[in-house]
Amino acid sequence: MTRLINLRPSRRGRIMAGAVPILILALTYALAAALRHADNPADKVLPTVGAMASALWRMATQVDPVSGQITLLADTVASLYRLGAGLALATATALTLGLLLGVLPLARAVLGPVITVIAVIPPIAVLPILFIALGLGEAAKIALIAIGIAPYMTRDLAAHVAGLPAEQFIKAQTLGANSWVVAIRVALPQMMPRLIETLRFSMGPAWVFLIAAEAIASDVGLGYRIFLVRRYLAMDIILPYVAWISLLAIAADALLQLASRKGFPWAQGAAR
Amino acid sequence: MTGQENANAPQSLPKVAPLLQFRNVWVEYGEKVVLERVNLEIPAGAFVSVVGPSGAGKSTFLRLILGQEAPSRGTVLFDGARMAAECGPDRGVVFQRYSVFPHLTVIGNVLFGLECAAAPVLGRLFGARRRAALAEADAMLDAVGLSSARDQYPAQLSGGMQQRLALAQALVKHPRVLLLDEPFGALDPGIRVDMHELVTGLWRDHGLTVVMVTHDIGEAFKLGTRVLAFDKRRHDPHAPQRYGATATYDVPLLRKTGDARMANVTQNTAGPAAASDHPAESA
Ligand SMILES: Nc1ncnc2c1ncn2[C@@H]1O[C@H](COP(=O)(O)OP(=O)(O)OP(=O)(O)O)[C@@H](O)[C@H]1O
Ligand SMILES: [Mg+2]
Repeated sequence: MTRLINLRPSRRGRIMAGAVPILILALTYALAAALRHADNPADKVLPTVGAMASALWRMATQVDPVSGQITLLADTVASLYRLGAGLALATATALTLGLLLGVLPLARAVLGPVITVIAVIPPIAVLPILFIALGLGEAAKIALIAIGIAPYMTRDLAAHVAGLPAEQFIKAQTLGANSWVVAIRVALPQMMPRLIETLRFSMGPAWVFLIAAEAIASDVGLGYRIFLVRRYLAMDIILPYVAWISLLAIAADALLQLASRKGFPWAQGAAR
Repeated sequence: MTGQENANAPQSLPKVAPLLQFRNVWVEYGEKVVLERVNLEIPAGAFVSVVGPSGAGKSTFLRLILGQEAPSRGTVLFDGARMAAECGPDRGVVFQRYSVFPHLTVIGNVLFGLECAAAPVLGRLFGARRRAALAEADAMLDAVGLSSARDQYPAQLSGGMQQRLALAQALVKHPRVLLLDEPFGALDPGIRVDMHELVTGLWRDHGLTVVMVTHDIGEAFKLGTRVLAFDKRRHDPHAPQRYGATATYDVPLLRKTGDARMANVTQNTAGPAAASDHPAESA
């Protein structure tokens, strides 16, 4: 008899199997919403799909008279800017420090403990400090994202470099490479696929920090909007916004995966 | 080759200093003695095969020559001077695995050594200098028969091709000594024979000095001009770490005299003072 661990669905079977739970969730929601609305047509907790669609349409097409902008567009641009800047800052930091720590045992001895200490601080706990030091503007939000994910990324990249086969470093030295050339020609290129992996894993936390910062002090942004309309129990806006954020996150992940596949063909053999 | 030259040379000529000299070399890790009382000389041009049981310290011996490690006692002389405790471009190495850079193409791997020497800041060459280096690297690839795989990545190559590449990568630097640590250990027998021919040819053509660690006794005798066997001469059953290994057998082989017969097996049982490790003298 075939063991359970050896049962593998085919490609088509896999897609269908994966779609089933999602369909069940959607149907359950539609059913629950319909039932609640049959009871109370003014129900706000579970808006119908039609109500959400019209709310989303309003947010995505109508110019807000106060700000003079299309709300969804303005929120998305603001949030993606903060996220992008935070990720860029974290990437630059993690790449530099990770390379330094991974290649130089001396740097590991000096900086390793500090980074470990910083990594255990809950980032949200330093948010007040950031607001005090950097003000309530963009800088504090970007800094929160960077501080939130950079220590993890740094340690991950450093561990990856330190874990490269010692033979490669010996070989590079016998080929006449100095420390700098070993860093930029042996270690750095081999960090890049790992950097993308680390970024993918850090996207979740980055969104958390972004939405937290926007919820606390902001006047535009996806997180800000969700927490703003919560006061009016506007589930018909919150739910589409959450779905939109998920969509953005999935798209970012797919882009990163594509970049890894296209950018580093040499790493593909090792991955599979 | 040098063994023959030396053997034919008149005795009155001043003796050329051997390329490598081990003088009472010990390697200890704390309590653990890995190598003890290693006394030997390796003349330029020799092809030394190193055999011995697992854990006897063969790789450690190689690391000493590589400069990756310093002896805890004694001295290693390279070209008459004390060995710097750092790997340098005068010593090439091929390991059993992980010798090539996975992120560089075949040609990129060979080019790397040339770029390191000529461009210590950028690590890359441009323009005419790059073209000259590429020509040199291509010639080296041709010598190991890898021209057709020029633009592939190592992950796309077979094990034998990867080792060919590792050889090309090391030899393009024209090292004084080539160190091989079980270079063919992971290859299947047919490919091994090809690699034997390749290495023998490269050794002859480039006038190399080779030190090769192997677990295959046949390979050791087939390729080497001299076979060194490392083992423990003393053994304390209650403290296995107490004594280290040394070169217990040192077998110079007279080669290319028709039948490659064994000559003058020296068994070093009398301790370091009696260890005559110079094949040219004993021949
Ligand atoms: N850094 C180290 N610290 C402690 N012991 C070590 C260290 N490096 C090597 N050894 C020990 O030295 C001994 C010899 O190791 P070495 O790798 O030289 O053996 P080897 O002859 O190459 O074996 P193999 O044929 O399995 O490759 C081993 O017992 C090993 O445990
Ligand atoms: Mg070994």
